[in-house]
Amino acid sequence: MGHGGGGILSEELIENLFLPAFGSSGGPSRDSAVLDTGAGRIALTTDSYVVNPLFFPGGTIGDLAVNGTINDLACSGAQPLALTAGFILEEGLEVDVLGAIAQAMGRAAADAGVPVVTGDTKVVGRGGADGLFINTAGVGVVPDGLRIGPEQARPGDHIIVSGNIGEHGVAIMSVREGIDFGTTVTTDSAPLHRLVAAMLASLTERGEDPNHVHALRDPTRGGLVAAVVEIARTAGVGVELDERAIPVPETVASACGFLGLDPLQVANEGKMVAFVDPAHSAAVLAAMRSRPEGAGAAIIGRAVEEHPGMVVIRTPFGTTRVVERELGEQLPRIC
Amino acid sequence: MKYLDEFRDPVAAKALVEQIRRTATQPWTIMEVCGGQTHSIIRNGIDQLLEGAVEFIHGPGCPVCVTPLEMIDRALEIAGREDVIFCSFGDMLRVPGSREDLFSVRARGGDVRVVYSPLDATRIAADNPDKQVVFFGVGFETTAPANAMSVLHAQRLGLTNFSMLVSHVLVPPAMTAILSSPTNRVQGFLAAGHVCTVMGTSEYGPLVEKFGVPIVVTGFEPLDLLEGVRQVVELLEAGTPELRNAYPRAVTAGGNVVAREALADVFAVTDRPWRGIGMIPQSGWTLSPRYADFDAELTFGVGQLTVQESDLCHAGEVLQGLLKPNECPAFGNACTPRTPLGATMVSSEGACAAYYQFRRLSAGAAAPTSAAAGV
Repeated sequence: MGHGGGGILSEELIENLFLPAFGSSGGPSRDSAVLDTGAGRIALTTDSYVVNPLFFPGGTIGDLAVNGTINDLACSGAQPLALTAGFILEEGLEVDVLGAIAQAMGRAAADAGVPVVTGDTKVVGRGGADGLFINTAGVGVVPDGLRIGPEQARPGDHIIVSGNIGEHGVAIMSVREGIDFGTTVTTDSAPLHRLVAAMLASLTERGEDPNHVHALRDPTRGGLVAAVVEIARTAGVGVELDERAIPVPETVASACGFLGLDPLQVANEGKMVAFVDPAHSAAVLAAMRSRPEGAGAAIIGRAVEEHPGMVVIRTPFGTTRVVERELGEQLPRIC
Repeated sequence: MKYLDEFRDPVAAKALVEQIRRTATQPWTIMEVCGGQTHSIIRNGIDQLLEGAVEFIHGPGCPVCVTPLEMIDRALEIAGREDVIFCSFGDMLRVPGSREDLFSVRARGGDVRVVYSPLDATRIAADNPDKQVVFFGVGFETTAPANAMSVLHAQRLGLTNFSMLVSHVLVPPAMTAILSSPTNRVQGFLAAGHVCTVMGTSEYGPLVEKFGVPIVVTGFEPLDLLEGVRQVVELLEAGTPELRNAYPRAVTAGGNVVAREALADVFAVTDRPWRGIGMIPQSGWTLSPRYADFDAELTFGVGQLTVQESDLCHAGEVLQGLLKPNECPAFGNACTPRTPLGATMVSSEGACAAYYQFRRLSAGAAAPTSAAAGV
């Protein structure tokens, strides 16, 4: 204990652990970062990360905290400028563990080209936190005239998902529950701001309005269903999804079948759902597929005028069912 | 996925649907016994495919749904104790007791854990010798072998801090109760495939004989269900009630002999109240006296706790096939997954929850009418 007290130990943690990890040592030590924004409007977001375990196949809580906040900015079409990082450490957390997570965070930020520019650390007593909690805030710039948002979705829109769904949630469950699925499913955690930039560029480069991309949402907690239902509710449109078109990898389908979970409700951390004007969906889809994080992109359904706010899925048998968000976490079934 | 995709083939499904429709000269009323079958029927819209030819009545085979209220209250009582780690399958946590659910106990600081196997609970007991570890042993014949195994395992390990709150129920007595009811509408059964994987099929022949109904052991994938229905309809049209096995890749006549031996050793048949239905004689399992040391009801002295069901909840009629979920006055208004009056609205296998989740587009329109008529 002592690292959160604001004294010499705190300074050491910042000097020796965080600054090297985030690649910003040597600058003046200040209470806030100052950023140049250029033209456009500011996008601001914050998210807290409490995932357990801290390390899981393909990622850590650290890179998740970087990518997740970048993706929240990307959903408004913003180009991310910088992140902040707040750490709440439970007394007894090993410095090596914290170091590895900070390094992973630094690498994720460097890969994304979005620096962590300021931060904060607090230590709480044993039992006051679950090892480590991270909060990241992100700031970005939305170009003038761009108005992507859930309220912009309209009947006729094609609904695109950027690739395989369910991988992050299954990766977490496989370690949390100690279940061996035979193969390792790794998290899909990835920053999506470049994917969104490519989607918008596919329109502007042809002299088209980037606002033909109507709505974007990263289907994190609650999965694909929550993302689509929330957009449908906000915009007051109905949605019809085609069950056969939704990319569910076999490993995810098996794991979910085994646990009695619905892959459509399992979390993703590197996927984007887009509602796009049908006249431009082919161009946007091609742009998504040209990038590695969108290589598996597919049109999975469309927005309709009927049943506003409700999402209906068409099964391979030609029948339909309503899909709805879970109340809380999905509960594994008894049998 | 191999062994699954073959049973989800839309072309083969279409052929089966057409065959059933050609065979059926009148609408037949068929009960699928198991909640897993109900879930699959509604999720895949099998009921929509067969509309007019077959009416499904959703049976009582959802373990969460039929676990009696007093048993939930006993679980809550035990789980609230400071010296207890209470382990349960996930979908029991949201089932309302007479005042609250296990989630509320956990929120107040109770140590309530979701496990995937009862053997996880024995491991937790071995790791926490200063705590009493209690596993909530619910379910039909399907979950019973693993639960029996955990008791045997605990005995082998010499664990004195492990016990089980047992609320096991049995399928054949419930089918007997349904068929004996003067209001019974069921003309044929899809028997629960995985129950028969454990127990075999011998218990069902006497039901066919006594009540003259066809019973076809059926699996859970769309083609399994359609094949089961096809055979029931064929038998109904021919007027020749028989016991058949349409799930031979998982079910043999003798069942799982090792599992049955463990069950016969660990459990003893007992009278058991079913939530919404009432007492059914000889319809459940309790721990046999040999294993009384592992009986949480005795350890914690909660056996006498009894309570009353809500008057608003018609889950009993739903479970007996007398009422469709959306015909219940409370469906979708007083009773939703957020505020469930009965367990059938809680479990994803429960008929009410399945209707609420998947059928509101068609069922939703009917709900307000029923509500207006009923309230």
